[in-house]
Amino acid sequence: MTANGWIQILFFFGAIALCAKPLGVFLHRVMEGERHFLAGPLGWLERLVYRLGGVSGEEQSWRAYAGGMLAFSAFTLLVTYLIQRLQHVLPFNPQGLGAVEAGSAFNTAASFTTNTNWQGYVGEATMSYLSQMAGLAWHNFISAAAGIAIATALARGLTRKGDGSRWGTIGNFWVDLTRATVYVLLPLCLVIALLFVSQGMIQNLAPYQEVATLEGGKQVIAMGPVASQEAIKQLGTNGGGFFNANAAHPFENPNALTNFLSMFLIFLIPGALTCTFGRMAKDPKQGWALFGAMSLLFLVGAGVTYWAEADGNPILAGLPVSQPIGNMEGKESRFGVANSALYATVTTDASCGAVNSMHDSFTPLGGLVPLFNIQLGEVVFGGVGAGLYGILVMAILSVFIAGLMVGRTPEYLGKKIETREVKLAMLYALVFPLVILAFTAWASVAPYGLSSRNNEGPHGLSEILYAFTSATGNNGSAFAGISANTPFYNTALGLAMLMGRFWMIVPVLAIAGALSGKKAAPPGLGTLPTGGPLFVVLLIGVTVIVGALTFFPALALGPIVEHFLAQAGKVL
Amino acid sequence: MAHPQAVSIFHGPLMRQAALDSVKKLSPRLMVRNPVMFVVEVGSVLTTLLWLRDLLAPAAGSAAWFSGAVTLWLWFTVLFANFAEALAEGRGKAQAAALRGLRKETMARKLVDGREVATPASDLRKDDVVVVEAGQLIPGDGEVIEGIASVDESAITGESAPVIRESGGDRSAVTGGTKVLSDRLVIRIGVNPGESFLDRMIGLVEGARRQKTPNEIALHVLLCGMTIIFLIACVTLVPFGIYSGLRISVTVIVALLVCLIPTTIGGLLSAIGIAGMDRLIRHNIIPMSGRAVEAAGDVDTILLDKTGTITLGNRMASELVPAPGVTAEALAEAAQLASLADETPEGRSVVVLAKEKFGLRGRDLAHVPATFVPFTAQTRMSGADLDGRSIRKGAADAIHKHVSALGGVMPIEVEQHVTRIAQSGGTPLAVSEGARVLGVIHLKDTVKGGLKERFDKFRSMGLRTVMITGDNPLTAAAIAAEAGVDDFLAQATPEDKLRLIRNEQGKGKLVAMTGDGTNDAPALAQADVAIAMNTGTQAAKEAGNMVDLDSNPTKLLEVVEVGKQLLMTRGCLTTFSIANDVAKYFAIIPALFLAVFPEIAPLDIMRLASPESAILSAVIFNALVIVALIPLALRGVRYRPLGAAALLRRSLLVFGLGGVVAPFVGIKAIDVVLAGLGLT
Repeated sequence: MTANGWIQILFFFGAIALCAKPLGVFLHRVMEGERHFLAGPLGWLERLVYRLGGVSGEEQSWRAYAGGMLAFSAFTLLVTYLIQRLQHVLPFNPQGLGAVEAGSAFNTAASFTTNTNWQGYVGEATMSYLSQMAGLAWHNFISAAAGIAIATALARGLTRKGDGSRWGTIGNFWVDLTRATVYVLLPLCLVIALLFVSQGMIQNLAPYQEVATLEGGKQVIAMGPVASQEAIKQLGTNGGGFFNANAAHPFENPNALTNFLSMFLIFLIPGALTCTFGRMAKDPKQGWALFGAMSLLFLVGAGVTYWAEADGNPILAGLPVSQPIGNMEGKESRFGVANSALYATVTTDASCGAVNSMHDSFTPLGGLVPLFNIQLGEVVFGGVGAGLYGILVMAILSVFIAGLMVGRTPEYLGKKIETREVKLAMLYALVFPLVILAFTAWASVAPYGLSSRNNEGPHGLSEILYAFTSATGNNGSAFAGISANTPFYNTALGLAMLMGRFWMIVPVLAIAGALSGKKAAPPGLGTLPTGGPLFVVLLIGVTVIVGALTFFPALALGPIVEHFLAQAGKVL
Repeated sequence: MAHPQAVSIFHGPLMRQAALDSVKKLSPRLMVRNPVMFVVEVGSVLTTLLWLRDLLAPAAGSAAWFSGAVTLWLWFTVLFANFAEALAEGRGKAQAAALRGLRKETMARKLVDGREVATPASDLRKDDVVVVEAGQLIPGDGEVIEGIASVDESAITGESAPVIRESGGDRSAVTGGTKVLSDRLVIRIGVNPGESFLDRMIGLVEGARRQKTPNEIALHVLLCGMTIIFLIACVTLVPFGIYSGLRISVTVIVALLVCLIPTTIGGLLSAIGIAGMDRLIRHNIIPMSGRAVEAAGDVDTILLDKTGTITLGNRMASELVPAPGVTAEALAEAAQLASLADETPEGRSVVVLAKEKFGLRGRDLAHVPATFVPFTAQTRMSGADLDGRSIRKGAADAIHKHVSALGGVMPIEVEQHVTRIAQSGGTPLAVSEGARVLGVIHLKDTVKGGLKERFDKFRSMGLRTVMITGDNPLTAAAIAAEAGVDDFLAQATPEDKLRLIRNEQGKGKLVAMTGDGTNDAPALAQADVAIAMNTGTQAAKEAGNMVDLDSNPTKLLEVVEVGKQLLMTRGCLTTFSIANDVAKYFAIIPALFLAVFPEIAPLDIMRLASPESAILSAVIFNALVIVALIPLALRGVRYRPLGAAALLRRSLLVFGLGGVVAPFVGIKAIDVVLAGLGLT
């Protein structure tokens, strides 16, 4: 580890912390329909969308909200599937790529609809420019906007003054979706894409270039509208690369500045949303407490990964190989250990999944951190919107367990947490263990599950576990070792992604509806303070313990055993 | 009834009965009410079958002694949890039995058309009228319609000092099974057979309490969710084991599952609830439902009646201040006349003062040809009309309004005296004759000792105390300051009280109050925690959700504490239960995997003797911890009025951190003992 490495990590964190408030305040204004500086120049676009879509904008119950969200997702899933299947007859296909195979098309459609961006295919060899732009990049916008919408809906449920009714309203899905897209994602991406192009990222619709190499050979170099997709890929915590190598590809991540910006964009909105929440609660401390808990989990994760990678590969320890800068296998020499470790932590903390190095080649502990980050529930900043609603559900559970210890029936922001909310929160919490562990267990004993592994032994188990964790967590990064473009993995991972998104969102919206109607008790000396360091500790404790208790046996047989084997100089 | 405190938790016969009951409770029909422990029971049945298989058809790799030992301790886990519940119930049953003893058959003297007819007490129906004389038991709950007598209610309240029961007013309610000590009462029976207070109390201490309370249900949901999570984690360990070349037996999986699921809190949850209600009963407060006990922990605002709660009993007249141009004698005479019909202690004290200071004999009512005007909460005046004189006595502003209406004025000097008296904490009563104000009576109030400290305690718990009084705002402010309450509601009518409660509830607050009078009933019904005094009217008791047998309004503090204790105990044991899992993983998982991956030895920080010993030690610890925590569950975690943040920090340290550390020590110790005994 070097001072330079640490400075870069801390500089990155400082930039996120600085931007959280201004963007958070702006998001609050946008989502709650207050005045903001983009309402003038872009208001016509918002109104146009409403007129075209026949959106009345009235307040919806959680059922109507969830219904809209599900119908919208199902429709866009279908559209993306069809574009891929029909890309050979559609325009913008200079390479003449054929139709995408059905299993892969389903997997990809599910992947982009759920903001996962798991890629079982090789982008430059499979997807036409139309598929990339209309099928995939478009999803990057709307799945991220849907995340912001749902997080806002839950925040509304928690912070609205209820009238004591059983279910309250939580906003309008179509309005939330439109506002997040029109005022936040589109304008930011416009600026960022130009910035990326200025740094050497390509943006064209040209056919692939054939060039002569120095050795006299011939090489085909993939082209495409990269910068525009890259901007929303990072900002929307999507992570689906234009190229198979993702952000390790020089056209997708040309230099140190784009690398920094890429990471910065991943955390930008999730960090800001905590502030938005604080504004909605009319108590900024409530937002900062969530930010604090996320920050600590992030810094510890980044520190451990950096330490593990900088320490080098333990297998090589006894051999006459020197590793002065740490474990460089699978890493770009342009980025080095610190920036690769940081990127891996950031991309798995948030459910982004873009990678600038191969997680499969990390040391066992270095690879454990990204895996565990996702298993925590994608709540360390987390996906755009998904991170906020995820941590809020954890906060509700923490308040329920610990709130009792102060001698009151538990309440969060003055709203009583009762049977209905606990039931819904537990439904949410059950999805991860059920989907991840059940699918991994299945794949780890089935021949068609085992055959896709790149490695035997504990590392092979890590590969399977990582694949299902990444899919369920809607992360999309891969322990690149596994060959996931098989009928079993395409189907199973596709289902895991859909379950990991929608089985969790529906309870979240139900919680929002249930809390929205409740009257809030004013805080007093006897109420559990949820805006201070004590609550931060509690929230971290509950999040880590719930994650650890659920996944410890599986992790023990994967990366943990692998680590101890490596210490003994073995891989199996 | 034996005084409730006499029944100890660890009373021998109670323990024996509980041990017996804990076996009876193994019935799946009862166990299914507690899903966490039901899972343990199903697991126990499963391992029992496996143990039998190991005995009958020994297979390599599964030793019968091991599956036998695990099975035994799994059954103990279920039994210990049942024992905790049975023990908590036992005390209630003992109390119910004592109460039933009271319900012995007595003959009532029923009045039928003016004649007395001897009727068995159990045949009395609502609206029957009975006569009870000194030395006889009151045959049923009802209301005194004639007479005044002292009554021994110790059978119900445990309080040996007799109480006065009289017709009319707020002290007219009597309870069946209590004894008249002096004089004669005519009582109208208020309930049908089987609905009496005693019947309800018996039902409460043994039956109705089995209803799960809202928070208990929510906690059960959380525990069930965690159980399912651990079920998934443990079951999927089998295929993961197969992948890694590790055969994990079903016995081991069941043992791991039982260790991980929250059996500590799951096993003690119902005992905690029962014990919470029991603690209230030992304070001589009968909760009508567990819901009310839980709500008590959440109370934000406490309404306290000034009289009897904050001040010592009654105000006494201490001074008569005449208006300019009025002689002291004239004022005294008018004040006495106005108070003759006023049977309240205040009224009597005016008569006494006039007699002592001015030698005015209290005239017998019968000889004064006067019409007496009774006090009402609306006019807030009382008085008398005689010989064409219209004398009124009442709150200064009420008299002001009264004389103004008649064209008179309130002299400025009188206003000044009123203010002076009120500011000193006293109560000024103005006296008027016709449209003329004669002067002011100074009623003095004495605040009870030690109240300020109690209210400080309330405040540090985050509770706001509001004093309710019929006094004018100045008087109320002075007394409020002296007593140390946070706020007061002066000149309160029953409607004001109700409005105050609704206001507080509108702000999302929970309100607690005590009351005894019939006019308290609407407010009691509206309040979230409403304690009716046992001396109060039937209407008040019906409206409240708790009855205080001692009729001591300051006991609200204990009620709130018991409610908080109940919730805290649940929270602390849940935290402890979950925190325990960390150590259990560290005991079992490395030990299990060592056989295939000897390299993970550094992770095996507990260094237990063998995988079998590790699993057995964890299971034994898991069972014993339930037993060890029974006293805490029944007694409740101690509540300290510290404020939520300090309280949480403390509990997290003790039960969170303690919960992580304790099993490391405990499991290691059990492992050492097992190895020492040569069992593993």
